[in-house]
Amino acid sequence: MTKASRTIAIARKEFLHIIHDPRSLIIIFVMPLMQLILFGYALNMEIQNINLAVIDYSRTPQSSHLIEQFEGSEFFSVFHYNGKHSDIENIFLKREAKIILVIDQDFARNFQRQTKTSIQILVDAADPNAATIIKNYCYGIIANFNLEHGGQISQPFDVEPRIWYNPDMKSAYFFVPGLIALILVMISAMLTSLAITREKETGTLEQILVSPIKPIEIIIGKVFPYIIMAFLDGFLILMMGMILFKVPFAGSHFLLILLSTLYIITALSLGLMISATVETQQVAMMMAISATLLPTVMLSGFIFPIRSMPILLQYVSYIVPAKYFLIIARGILIKGNTFFQLGFQTLALTLMSIILLIRTLRKFSLNLEK
Amino acid sequence: MNDIEIINFKKSYGDVNAVNGINLQVKKGELFGLIGPDGAGKTTLMRTICTLLLPDAGSIQVKGMDVTQNIPGIRALLGYMPQRFSLYQDLTVEQNLNFFADLFQVPQSNRESRLQQLFQFSKLEPFKKRAAGDLSGGMKQKLALSCALIHTPEILVLDEPTFGVDPVSRQEFWEILHSIRAEGTTILVSTAYMDEADLCDRVALFFSGQIKAVDTPLALRKNFKFPLYRLQGKNLRQLRDFFDQISGIHTTQTFGDSLHVSFSGKQSESQWQAWQKKTGGNLVSWQVQEPSIEDVFLDLIK
Repeated sequence: MTKASRTIAIARKEFLHIIHDPRSLIIIFVMPLMQLILFGYALNMEIQNINLAVIDYSRTPQSSHLIEQFEGSEFFSVFHYNGKHSDIENIFLKREAKIILVIDQDFARNFQRQTKTSIQILVDAADPNAATIIKNYCYGIIANFNLEHGGQISQPFDVEPRIWYNPDMKSAYFFVPGLIALILVMISAMLTSLAITREKETGTLEQILVSPIKPIEIIIGKVFPYIIMAFLDGFLILMMGMILFKVPFAGSHFLLILLSTLYIITALSLGLMISATVETQQVAMMMAISATLLPTVMLSGFIFPIRSMPILLQYVSYIVPAKYFLIIARGILIKGNTFFQLGFQTLALTLMSIILLIRTLRKFSLNLEK
Repeated sequence: MNDIEIINFKKSYGDVNAVNGINLQVKKGELFGLIGPDGAGKTTLMRTICTLLLPDAGSIQVKGMDVTQNIPGIRALLGYMPQRFSLYQDLTVEQNLNFFADLFQVPQSNRESRLQQLFQFSKLEPFKKRAAGDLSGGMKQKLALSCALIHTPEILVLDEPTFGVDPVSRQEFWEILHSIRAEGTTILVSTAYMDEADLCDRVALFFSGQIKAVDTPLALRKNFKFPLYRLQGKNLRQLRDFFDQISGIHTTQTFGDSLHVSFSGKQSESQWQAWQKKTGGNLVSWQVQEPSIEDVFLDLIK
């Protein structure tokens, strides 16, 4: 028999552990789906039926037409505010609307004279992310209006929005790749580090080590089942994202599979590194969470844009594997990026894997000496 | 050539000397017992023999192979059963056995017959579909032993295999060990139960990282030079305190409901009667006692 048979023996045993433990199956398959649904519906970052208060001092057909444009959009539900201008802050304070549109008395006149006319848009920026998105919607609607009327409504900021790839700013496009990045790293790093430290804790590693097995055989055998699990999970999330949230798949399937494998290997190496360092499952769990969950959610660009972080955290983000995978996954799914456009990210993940694996193989000793 | 040859072996963890320079030879085909209390250094010695730890000083050779040099060679011919139950609790008896058969690369052609042989002594066949975690303590130990034996090792190293096992299962376990030895396998077994020493061919009495004596159990007991008596009394504690003060006393040790006392010389019947009077009748009876390994051990560590 060859060495492969020992690796297969370890992998087969690991599969049996997963099957025998319903909790791990739940973690592997139910948790990602719950997260998908939570992110998809509860943490919806899309703007729909946002209350918009209109203060129309112009009261002309032109101003009504502009208001209709807002009413016609599914993003806003429009109502007219009849109170005093000085009290408009109350609209925000009482949360009656997130956005206020003030149309000047001179609106129609300036419009007809083909001179610049202006409107005022006030956005409640208590939630800055939402405010930015709302602002961008407004630009879109106003730009449309301008096109139709040849008018020139000057805008409060000097911006000309062209939203590519995701013109409706669907957040599913954004979070489905993020969720894949998160689930893959958690399954790969956390479960593998737990799987190995569990054997240290229960003493079974001692029993395995007295066999003629080699470290590489233990490692490959242990991680293989989790590679499969991670793949199934990534596939599951992507399918559900495409079905439930109409996430597009613009690029190459093969490229996504290839680079996902690379990312999974990086995450597994991280998990192995952790398990080679610590002795108990509890410590492994804490290290895995702080090395995977938190950085992936906070520092990868999954939710918060990296460029708006303090400079120090921006540097830290360079060692977060998910940062690169997010660019890869979003690039392939939404933009249709090719391999060469993702060269830097591929290189970064490859380097990380190599460094982690070398460290792990050095630390993973075949005896019980510390 | 000896199967295991230990020369001046030392091992410490930080400031703690676990094993402090021991010499020991285990001959081919013998059932050798390492007898000693917890913390004596038995596990450290066994783990080093199994190449799981490295010696700080001295050398250990297994079948002529050095434990620091030919690690794969030693591992291939050793069967090791760690102190803690170290099998997969969620896997069935059969799955555990097959896993270790794969790990040690037992060829498929021999595997079925080997499993049958192992089932014959372990009597685990009816339970082969049961999860290892659901077995009784004695059955768990038999399964662990079977897994250690799956590749037909030449040397079997068992670290306190009967620890926490009920007396009936313990006896059964030792019978199995004797039948394995009969097949020519060398067995090194450790135990903290002194009564099990008599079931070994030779024993090393281990205490505080040192070997106090090595011999057959019979020779060890024969060499106990102090007349030993077994006393019964109404209050053993007071009785022991009383004899601790006597001049010429060697050891006093409580054994269940009796007290073992040894002296530097034989005691006359009249002396015993005098003591009975002196204790106010607390001393009920006395008789000459054959020394047990425990008496020998307690004498050696005195």
